[in-house]
Amino acid sequence: MTASTLSRPRHLLDFQGWSRERLTALLDNADTMGQVLDRPVKKVPALQGLTVCTAFFENSTRTRVSFELAARRMSADVVSFAAGASSLSKGESLRDTVEVLTAYKVDAYVVRHHAAGAAHLVARYSGKPVINAGDGRRAHPTQALLDAYTVRQEFGTLEGLTVAIIGDVRHSRVARSNAELLPRLGARVVLCGPATLLPPDLARLPGVTLTTDPREAVRGAHAVMALRLQQERMDAGYLASLQEYADTYQVNERLMAEAESGAIALHPGPMNRDLEISSDTADGPRSRIVRQVENGQAVRMSVLYHLLVGRE
Amino acid sequence: MTPKATILTADEVRRALTRIAHEIVERNRGAENLALIGIHTRGIPLADRLAAKLSELEGVDVPTGRLDITLYRDDLTEIARQPIIRETQVPFDLARRRVILVDDVLYTGRTVRAALDALIDLGRPEGIQLAVLVDRGHRELPIRADYVGKNLPTARTEVVKVRLTETDGVDLVELHDVETLR
Repeated sequence: MTASTLSRPRHLLDFQGWSRERLTALLDNADTMGQVLDRPVKKVPALQGLTVCTAFFENSTRTRVSFELAARRMSADVVSFAAGASSLSKGESLRDTVEVLTAYKVDAYVVRHHAAGAAHLVARYSGKPVINAGDGRRAHPTQALLDAYTVRQEFGTLEGLTVAIIGDVRHSRVARSNAELLPRLGARVVLCGPATLLPPDLARLPGVTLTTDPREAVRGAHAVMALRLQQERMDAGYLASLQEYADTYQVNERLMAEAESGAIALHPGPMNRDLEISSDTADGPRSRIVRQVENGQAVRMSVLYHLLVGRE
Repeated sequence: MTPKATILTADEVRRALTRIAHEIVERNRGAENLALIGIHTRGIPLADRLAAKLSELEGVDVPTGRLDITLYRDDLTEIARQPIIRETQVPFDLARRRVILVDDVLYTGRTVRAALDALIDLGRPEGIQLAVLVDRGHRELPIRADYVGKNLPTARTEVVKVRLTETDGVDLVELHDVETLR
């Protein structure tokens, strides 16, 4: 089956409605997008004439820049919208803001918001394709796609691989999206963290297991992803001390030694160095953290292509 | 799926490519500094075959590449279904080379226009020429081929089907009515 024969999803809010075939085609096309980025002219005219709005209601540098560059590499016009500098601060509702932007003939939205479900609202109000660039603790699908792409690039497939994700699972939309995506593509996911940061309901996802023991988590793992400790989302009482957390759950060379011999280390960024990941692992030969950032642009180009190319 | 007519048999495909190879050598006074770039899908084996013939004729290895023009199409927001993007591979420097673009059928000219844009984004060749196995007419853009295996006046209601050993197991060019292919 080819992507041309698959039904086309209208949005990327999470992975609902995205078949394994469509997801695989998206990752395959990211290979071609990566080639474009290696050329003297890093631009193709595929989205010429279309306007993409990056609407970021929550701070982000790398995701926003990555999306904006991805859209520009495809020749789309980009309008950037930051909540702090908008009429939202004067009391305008999200719905009115989106309707104003849509009246300016925006063709697609990339939305980041601190509230889960905000991207769904933008999709409903705008009637245009929406890409969720992170909503609350719920989902960050393009980060999961670039993680999957990075692992697949390393091993040639995701089928039969094990990915251990270690740290603050509770507050991590990256962990949730990865736990949703990777098993669909044939990989097994082990989520690991202190019991206070490990929601037991995630064990219900197919292909996902939970453990509080990091050595057990990485045993047999082909990729080990450290999660950022989201201290800004923690009220109190999740951890006894940061030092204790680092002593037990830090992804470092000692822990990586327990994984498969060719295992790679990942981190969705931004990193708290020497807290959730040691500097020697983050900068060492197993690290693919810079590669994740590079791949982000190619994967986001592919997402834009899949959502915006072709008649609806 | 009975064809209306057979346009080129396997022998005729071979002879057409041999003639094109001779014309390339004649026009370029040899095969030095040439490169052949096939447009996906059937332009690629045709480029490879022309390179082999140039090597026989001139004793020169002419480098070959492959070009996917999907991202350069001018109808991407209009097409009914999403095309798969395939690999572009041009593993040599285009500067100071005369590039011969190779495709199976020349029709509206829109594929060639997209290929010219894609090629120029990869570098600045000294010149670009166009070789096609069949020119069926109906141009929508001011584009013409430098080398043509077979000029074939067609109706818009007809389809030229090129089959090649490398992609289809047989060398054959046939003319069909579009209705019979549905």
